Amino acid sequence: MKILVCISHVPDTTAKINFSPDHKEFVQQGVTFIINPYDEIALARAIELTDGGKGTVTVINVGDVSTEPTIRKALAIGATDAIRVNAIPRDGFFVAKQIAQVAKQNGYDFILCGRESSDHNGSSVPSMIAELISAPSISSSKKLDINGNEATLEREIEGGKEIVTVSFPFVAGASEGMAEPKIPNMRGIMGARTKPLAVVEAIEVPQLSKIVSYDKPASRSAVKMLSAEDAGKLWEMIREEKKVI
Amino acid sequence: MSVLVYVENTEGKFKKSTFELVSFAYAVAQKSGSKVTAVSIGNVGDDELGKLGNYGAAIILNVKNEKLKTVNVQPYASVIAEAAKAEGAKVVVMPASFSGKGMAARVAVKLEAGLGENVVEIPDTANGFVIKKGAYSGKAFAFVDLTSEVKVISVVANSFKVIESKTDASIQAFDPALDENDFRLAVKETVRATDKISLPDAELVVSGGRGMKGPENWGMIEELANVLGAATACSKPVSDAGWRPHSEHVGQTGIAISPNLYVAVGISGAIQHLAGVSSSKVIVVINKDAEAPFFKAADYGIVGDAFEVVPKLIEAAKTFRAGHH
Repeated sequence: MKILVCISHVPDTTAKINFSPDHKEFVQQGVTFIINPYDEIALARAIELTDGGKGTVTVINVGDVSTEPTIRKALAIGATDAIRVNAIPRDGFFVAKQIAQVAKQNGYDFILCGRESSDHNGSSVPSMIAELISAPSISSSKKLDINGNEATLEREIEGGKEIVTVSFPFVAGASEGMAEPKIPNMRGIMGARTKPLAVVEAIEVPQLSKIVSYDKPASRSAVKMLSAEDAGKLWEMIREEKKVI
Repeated sequence: MSVLVYVENTEGKFKKSTFELVSFAYAVAQKSGSKVTAVSIGNVGDDELGKLGNYGAAIILNVKNEKLKTVNVQPYASVIAEAAKAEGAKVVVMPASFSGKGMAARVAVKLEAGLGENVVEIPDTANGFVIKKGAYSGKAFAFVDLTSEVKVISVVANSFKVIESKTDASIQAFDPALDENDFRLAVKETVRATDKISLPDAELVVSGGRGMKGPENWGMIEELANVLGAATACSKPVSDAGWRPHSEHVGQTGIAISPNLYVAVGISGAIQHLAGVSSSKVIVVINKDAEAPFFKAADYGIVGDAFEVVPKLIEAAKTFRAGHH
């Protein structure tokens, strides 16, 4: 089994998000970067599926040299090798084009991504890669089992789930439940230093979108406190003041 | 800029979020004095399709095909892209649902269109086509200019109101050729909790955290949700402990929601949780710890024991619902 796992290099989930005074740039200073949490789930499942010499797990990241510690962490967790496409990711389409290019050249049985990245939250990359390599896609899957050249997945839908089957190759976005993220052990960390990390140059991609600026949500007005005795008055109060119920 | 909107149905019926989406598409089309075409896939009756005319759809393309009975992202995306080409649509509006986002991404690739995901407002067309979308898991917004000729956007449920705009809608059969290669994925089983309100598009949500002490105490969360007509949710520690299913986890690594009202019981308000719920219009926090950080992000706060406060809220909600229905 030959699996490609796409990983994003994103701010730690506890990071405070700040922008430059002109609102155009995300301020990286003082921010710790991690493997996107959903990608860690995908990686963990890929490692479980290939455990005991049943295949290889290649991780791929589109980023500049600053993402290499994140890639090395994926190798420490247990990926076989890694590819870094040397470019600053512009948007989801740019990233998907780069990964699809590598996938076409190398040929994988299937590709796993996280359901979404915690920075841009687009959930678009897995489906775009699939479209570019003419394969089926499962946007958000909570379970993945392999039987020969076929996979059974549990796909999230609004208010429920679907059990789907698909033959190789396919692209799936991993969601909570597919696997428990793995913590690298000391042997993994030592071994990661010598595992292959190939750097490939990016292909040209037409620019279809451009980030203009960022903003933070408006802060709420001061909280209105009620005593536990007055709890019963809450609904009428919300109806009067906010008109949402 | 003629606008195409994909109208998602659930077992042959449209939900409120679909009418929101058509209203949204109409508002976009009005900016350039053009019309809205809706495309419906699956088995939807003419009466139900006709309702779309109430919100501004001028043409309704009805795709009925035995092979497209159940939602399947790949062939659905092909049909939507074909409809966009046939109508010469410049903007394609999709729901930001699990499958809607998957289709939007594929449609964008097919049409070589810029994609704006999780859009929360009508695009600003004064200078380009600038969409506002959620970013950094609810901690920020990004404004993105879609510079391509055709644009595809997915719109978050509950971020735009249903607006009536009566239009004489014509329903037309649309039957594009299907590609066999689009059908490698087979849906074996669909499990839908029909007795519950779906969390991602719920208008009211009642959520419980570790302060509920154990899964055996969820009866009161469910009862409060039931009386209010709300969906139930939970914090990450609760789903991690297996007290509640992962599908109820709201927060940075769970589902991001934007209901009109979010009631958090026994949730302290870690930054990752706040990220997933901060776009709720009104937030109520009930916690026995007056220092819980969630109070700073709330509109209403009650300091008290959940086991004492929630029963009072249930009784009051019964009276409230009896009086305002």
